[in-house]
Amino acid sequence: MAKNDLIGGSIWEEYSQKVQDLMNNPQHMGEITDEEAKEKGLKLVVADFGAESCGDAVRLYWAVDEETNIIKDAKFKSFGCGTAIASSDTMANLCTGKTVDEAVKITNIDVEFAMRDNPDTPAVPPQKMHCSVMAYDVIKAAAASYKGVDAESFETAVIVCECARVTLGTIKEVIRINDLHTVEEITNYTKAGAFCKSCIKPGGHEDREHYLVDILKDTRTEMEMEKMKALADAKISGSSSELSFDDFTMVQKLKSVEAAIDKDIRPMLIMDGGNLEILDIKDTDDGNTDIYIRYLGACNGCASSSTGTLFAIESVLREECSPKIRVLPI
Amino acid sequence: MRVYLDNNATTIVDPKVFKEMEPYFVQSYGNPNSLHEFGSETHPALRKAMGQLYCGLNADDQDDIVVTSCATESNNWVLKGVYHDHILNGEKDHIITSEVEHPAIISTCKFLETLGVKVTYLPVNEKGIIEANDLKSFITEKTALVTIMWANNETGMLFPIEEISQICKEAGVLFHSDAVQAVGKIPVDLKKLDIDFLSFSAHKFHGPKGVGGLYIKNSQPLTSLLHGGEHMGGRRSGTLNVAGIVGMGEALELAVKNLSFENNNVRKLRDKLEDEILKLDDVFVVGSRDERTPNTILVSVKGIEGEAMLWDLNKNGIAASTGSACASEDLESNPVMEAIGAEADLAHTALRLSLSRFTTEEEIDYTVGILNNAVKRLRAISSTYSYAPDWHDSKL
Repeated sequence: MAKNDLIGGSIWEEYSQKVQDLMNNPQHMGEITDEEAKEKGLKLVVADFGAESCGDAVRLYWAVDEETNIIKDAKFKSFGCGTAIASSDTMANLCTGKTVDEAVKITNIDVEFAMRDNPDTPAVPPQKMHCSVMAYDVIKAAAASYKGVDAESFETAVIVCECARVTLGTIKEVIRINDLHTVEEITNYTKAGAFCKSCIKPGGHEDREHYLVDILKDTRTEMEMEKMKALADAKISGSSSELSFDDFTMVQKLKSVEAAIDKDIRPMLIMDGGNLEILDIKDTDDGNTDIYIRYLGACNGCASSSTGTLFAIESVLREECSPKIRVLPI
Repeated sequence: MRVYLDNNATTIVDPKVFKEMEPYFVQSYGNPNSLHEFGSETHPALRKAMGQLYCGLNADDQDDIVVTSCATESNNWVLKGVYHDHILNGEKDHIITSEVEHPAIISTCKFLETLGVKVTYLPVNEKGIIEANDLKSFITEKTALVTIMWANNETGMLFPIEEISQICKEAGVLFHSDAVQAVGKIPVDLKKLDIDFLSFSAHKFHGPKGVGGLYIKNSQPLTSLLHGGEHMGGRRSGTLNVAGIVGMGEALELAVKNLSFENNNVRKLRDKLEDEILKLDDVFVVGSRDERTPNTILVSVKGIEGEAMLWDLNKNGIAASTGSACASEDLESNPVMEAIGAEADLAHTALRLSLSRFTTEEEIDYTVGILNNAVKRLRAISSTYSYAPDWHDSKL
């Protein structure tokens, strides 16, 4: 938010002249019939994408020369806003004259770029980028129909943000490499989620298979798990230098204290007919860790339990775990 | 030709209203609270305007009509004030509203939910209004407030306000109504109806923007939203918007005088436009005419996405609106259409046309012609219209 965002503008003001012209007079709007295609010895391909209930739907017609696989003519029909109409028209235009394999390589980013008045100014505002995605999807559907394959086969990676064409792999990678904690950071690094925002979280313009919030959460969880595993491994190998007692969770602190007591303290107490139990463990505001214990058996009431024995326990724990430990018998 | 059919969004300031406001910018610009003539010379006009407001809403002299900056402020005030006075102290914990309220209510309720308030969003029926009986079953001992709009901004549908107010009264629950789309379009009589709080806004009835009001029955307690000086009897601080108050008073008086014109002439033009629209194939208008404000039509035009329709209308000088997907920043489909549970398709094909007493028959005739052309052109482009042969057989 800043000066330019406070009084919202009309999204129409952000449409390029090309977009506006195509909205008013689409060049490739219409149908190709089977007869028309046959007359010219071409194969008719018809593909649909989207639905009225989603707010966008497009139907693409190709007349393809089966010898060369060249798309000789392309037409469209579209249910959608003006930018959807302009994008569909541009997409049909870009298909014409290309082979089917070449056409499949046309992305929504190519469509948007073709509608720019100058190379540096986007043709549509961010939230309208979504409209050109459909143009890309319907090409894949048409090519799949022509080749008799599944449309999914043209997509090798999982795309999370279709507007900016960002893959699941890329998003996970930037989270890990840059230690990202928020969706805004992901958007800043990758542009994923910067346009129609559907991929950020459920409840947007359209339902998605993957959402940035979930990817972030899952990746962060994975990273935490890996950190814990590294810690556990380091302990086994005796080189627990990576994480100090201070970084432990409460459970880890308790376990580490228990382990030290079992190893160096309890055997001595038991020899004298006594024992102890840990009642509680707390981090204090001044940065210490207080361990509350209760003496059992012979230790209970023993004169040295508040002097020599206590000092011995404390010094073992300070040595083994953390110099900030205080032991408080109750 | 330019035709303005977006009067539920805002209206033209009546030139008579503008004329009344004019002296309070350059001539009598004093602060009404000041102890000098510059200030005191504004008092007669302010008193007159307050009289016009009380008269226009038929409020009792014991009631408060506090001037605010807009209905959004009035709505925020009621919700946050009730939260402070009845919920924060643990006495109550619950507010009831409907799922088709204006964002000024819905967003404020969502905010209160973050503070622990329980909010019930009553569902609407296929006409887009709540059933008064539904309300009864949701009121509990812990309910602090019921807030229900008088007329819906998208559909113009009138809510059963009298029944709702009775139910609230019997249950001893405070009742607030956001009457932004009702005041100035239909009679609003606050002596006849038992309503605790009522919000309204001047720019919806040919008054200026930036001024609205909150009616508070019996001058009952409601913690202030804006703290500061002792303006508006200490209820709402901020230097009085003299020109705005004068304009709102005049606008309300004119609107009330024109209620029968609204109900007859505006309705007649609205019905004429609706008749012409219904001659098109595959269109669906929400709610029956006598259940709506006399100026509003919400129509779904099969096969044409709302923003595409607005584009074609605007190209020809006609202003309308759509809550549908692509027209708004957040790309969401028309929330009222979704709430009505209409076929999902309709949510993206909604077009709202709202008239005013300044709309002329010539403008309506022109609109009908342009609308017909737009429908023809856009349905020719549409991939869904020509491929829905079953549409003609469906109930819509």
